[in-house]
Amino acid sequence: MKKDKIVEIEEAVVRFAGDSGDGMQLTGSLFSDSTAFAGNDFATFPDYPSEIRAPQGTVSGVSGFQIHFGQKSIHTTGDLADVLVAMNPASLKANMKWVKKDATLIINSDEFTEKNLQKAGYDSNPLEDNSLSGHLIIQAPLNTLTKEAVKDLDLDNKSVLKSKNMFALGIIFYLFNRDYTKTFSFFESKFKKNPLVVEANKKVLTAGYNYAETVEAFTNTYRIEKASLHKGKYRNITGNMATAWGLLAASERSGRHIYLGSYPITPATDILQELSKHKQFTCITQQAEDEIAGIVSTLGGSFAGALAVTTTSGPGLSLKSEAIGLGVMTELPIVIIDVQRGGPSTGLPTKSEQSDLMQALYGRNGEAPVVVMAATGPADAFFAAYEAAMIAMEHMTPVILLTDGSIGNGSEVFKIPQVNLLPNIKPPYAEANDPEFKPYKRDPKTLARKWAIPGTPGLRHRIGGLEKEDITGDVSHDPLNHQKMVELRQEKVDRVANILPLQKVHGNKKGDLLVIGWGSTYGVLLTAVEEMHEEGKSISLTQFKYIMPLPKNVKEIFSGFKKIVVVENNMGQFVNYLRMHFPEFRYEQFNKVQGLPFMVSELKTKFDSLLNE
Amino acid sequence: MEQKIEPNPINLSKEDFESDQMVKWCPGCGDHAILRSVENVFPTIGEKLGYNKEDFVVVSGIGCSSRFPYYMNTYGIHGIHGRPAPLAMGIKLTNPKLSVWVISGDGDSMAIGGNHFIHVARRNLDINYLMFNNKIYGLTKGQYSPTTPKGQKTKTSPQGTFETPFNPGEVVIGARGKFFARAVDTNPKLMQKVFLEAAEHHGTSIVEILQNCVIFNNKIHALITGRDTKYDNQIILEAGQPMLFGKDKEKGLILEGTQLKVVKLGENGITEKDILVHDPTTEDAGIHMMLASMAPPEFPAALGVIRAVKANTLEDEVWASVEHEKKTSPYKNVQELLESGNTWDIE
Repeated sequence: MKKDKIVEIEEAVVRFAGDSGDGMQLTGSLFSDSTAFAGNDFATFPDYPSEIRAPQGTVSGVSGFQIHFGQKSIHTTGDLADVLVAMNPASLKANMKWVKKDATLIINSDEFTEKNLQKAGYDSNPLEDNSLSGHLIIQAPLNTLTKEAVKDLDLDNKSVLKSKNMFALGIIFYLFNRDYTKTFSFFESKFKKNPLVVEANKKVLTAGYNYAETVEAFTNTYRIEKASLHKGKYRNITGNMATAWGLLAASERSGRHIYLGSYPITPATDILQELSKHKQFTCITQQAEDEIAGIVSTLGGSFAGALAVTTTSGPGLSLKSEAIGLGVMTELPIVIIDVQRGGPSTGLPTKSEQSDLMQALYGRNGEAPVVVMAATGPADAFFAAYEAAMIAMEHMTPVILLTDGSIGNGSEVFKIPQVNLLPNIKPPYAEANDPEFKPYKRDPKTLARKWAIPGTPGLRHRIGGLEKEDITGDVSHDPLNHQKMVELRQEKVDRVANILPLQKVHGNKKGDLLVIGWGSTYGVLLTAVEEMHEEGKSISLTQFKYIMPLPKNVKEIFSGFKKIVVVENNMGQFVNYLRMHFPEFRYEQFNKVQGLPFMVSELKTKFDSLLNE
Repeated sequence: MEQKIEPNPINLSKEDFESDQMVKWCPGCGDHAILRSVENVFPTIGEKLGYNKEDFVVVSGIGCSSRFPYYMNTYGIHGIHGRPAPLAMGIKLTNPKLSVWVISGDGDSMAIGGNHFIHVARRNLDINYLMFNNKIYGLTKGQYSPTTPKGQKTKTSPQGTFETPFNPGEVVIGARGKFFARAVDTNPKLMQKVFLEAAEHHGTSIVEILQNCVIFNNKIHALITGRDTKYDNQIILEAGQPMLFGKDKEKGLILEGTQLKVVKLGENGITEKDILVHDPTTEDAGIHMMLASMAPPEFPAALGVIRAVKANTLEDEVWASVEHEKKTSPYKNVQELLESGNTWDIE
């Protein structure tokens, strides 16, 4: 029987931190699963170094995982943590800036040796020098306790210590009144071939749970009521997984099998890995020799009639520029997914940024317009990928879908859609032996040319990177034809706006301050704006998902507000794009380029100051 | 929407592949002869291997040679510089039933596209790759290429090049390519024979065509192709035949120690049975590599099919995996995948 008082709370943020070999990502994802079964809404984000195993015990080797969960709608991964699990001094040092002033700290005291303190850069032991005052500190000798828990099992020391993360998870399960039977079944399936490891993990997790109860470390434990989610079937999903699955859904609904040509690059690799698992859906994935071969083979796949996709991150998008131009000229449907990361150059591979927007819009030689979209969160990536595929094929154009590290690696609760209820995808195929067929004859409504697939009788034709003559598609250097084709290619992309949903406003359509965001900042902006709205402020949000072209009602929305602020994780790429398109408005901007998401608190401070000016 | 190749007899003619576009290569360019040979042999290839005219796809990169697709009445795509191999890969993996032909040059394949070239050789898709080697950049008007002989003066090497050139055959074999052949633009009969064998070979068939750039590198292959010099400077290899050459087939190749050696029949007791017999099918590439490396004046340049080794193709393996997964996967449709693993219901 639980002795502690159970307190009902609305939401909480837990952060797991340890050395990159300590298994913090697994611990975090197991806690996420239990959160799902508890019926809470949640969002998670891993924070890990780009080195696979940075020097053990150092701050640069710290790997973290944060989860924000609650009974209300959760839109962000949380500003600061209520609970921090720190597996060693370095992880405590690296994460103290991410915890609340009164946060609970669960600390593996066994690792606080002089040597480790030194490695972490501590002059004195924070457990003894009062520097952690204000926090509830649970010092647990995890190494010792874990060894004790499995002393009856025939396990080597290394394997024993590997499971100490489960001891920590047991403590957290106790703190949040979680049921661990589901986690047990996970162990059983994951370590099927090694019953000893299953047994060890079970024992250690249970020992952690019982330890927390026995030592009466907590004055109370917490319970968070089920979130009031809409009726349906749910799962947890990362943005990269959602992107992959959205493409699979688009393949099934369009009847076009996928050809994916990609080169591994952080943080986009998961999409290639995930799609590689799904050959049963005739999903052909080819790991190319480089980024260029990735996209060029994708163009080949498109020419031959596949739903053709390439996935990459910023540096890879740079390498693909010339081939995207070939896609523009040949008017072949391809989807290019850029999971943005901190740049320039190699930059911050494992950190998130929104700084590829201008590259996506303009980073090519010549006048080379493509459709540019941005997913607004991990779950939205499913729908964004589906739509990107639909637009590419129906409008015969390359589409760049921007996500970023925070979407790709972040996860949230996903209401599983009915694939058969997603919009139809109807590419403009050329009919076999159509006597009227001309390679560059266009649909009068969309301006898309026909997709004439090799192997189809009566449609033999040539395309390529040289300028094409209008209608016939023959090579042409005619000056007026070139002007016409440049204009037609732009107009074709512009006309995609005809099928886009109108831009929405969260909050009133008129007011003092309009907050504008695009892509992954949606959750944090919505949280900040909703909170301020509840506080009685005249503030609204509009979040952009479609960037090239923009939805048709943008001007009308902007006109309703006294002030506009554009918030983005770059130096102001979207705000400048808006300044170019709608110079009649005055734009404030708020930019953060630290490889970190915005925090609700800093946004509210900024918006307050704009409202009070 | 995949197209089936019809089993009924296919009747094709050269005219089926001729385009209505004006051919804009320089008069006297070797490309004209290659184009005619391809047009001539495609009907035979179609009839023998069961390809209709709409099943041929011609793919190219950038350069004079790469205008080729525009001059053929097939499906065609003219890509970007150096990248015809990945274009072909995407096409062939998407639809293995197509007959895919890459047209490229020495700059396209050996310089800017070098990376793709070695990987296409290694991956072994069933495609045919014709590389026109004129040892110069023609379209940009006369700069040296990776196959330009060391020391040759060009616009970007006024003092002569300082670089060791590639031998494409060595690159193909070094990259574990399964098929390499060499032809010359002056011998249409040989070209057609080699193109047919390339098409019949199930795997990536790379053919180097020694091609003359009449403007910027005229007569670069003259020793090998010249009316009077060719007999002593080329050997046309045939599977199962002794490696004989010379005007009266009076010379041959033998293996002495680990090296090839040119000998004369009748001299030092050499008879035809001492001469090496060509076997392009051996997995061991030792002799093939030596044959590909031979160059005048010490040796005749090897022409014909030098190496043709059977192996599974990439698309065979990929599509077999697709069929296997279809039978064994727990997911029959995407909905089942979405609902797999840890899910929960909200009532």
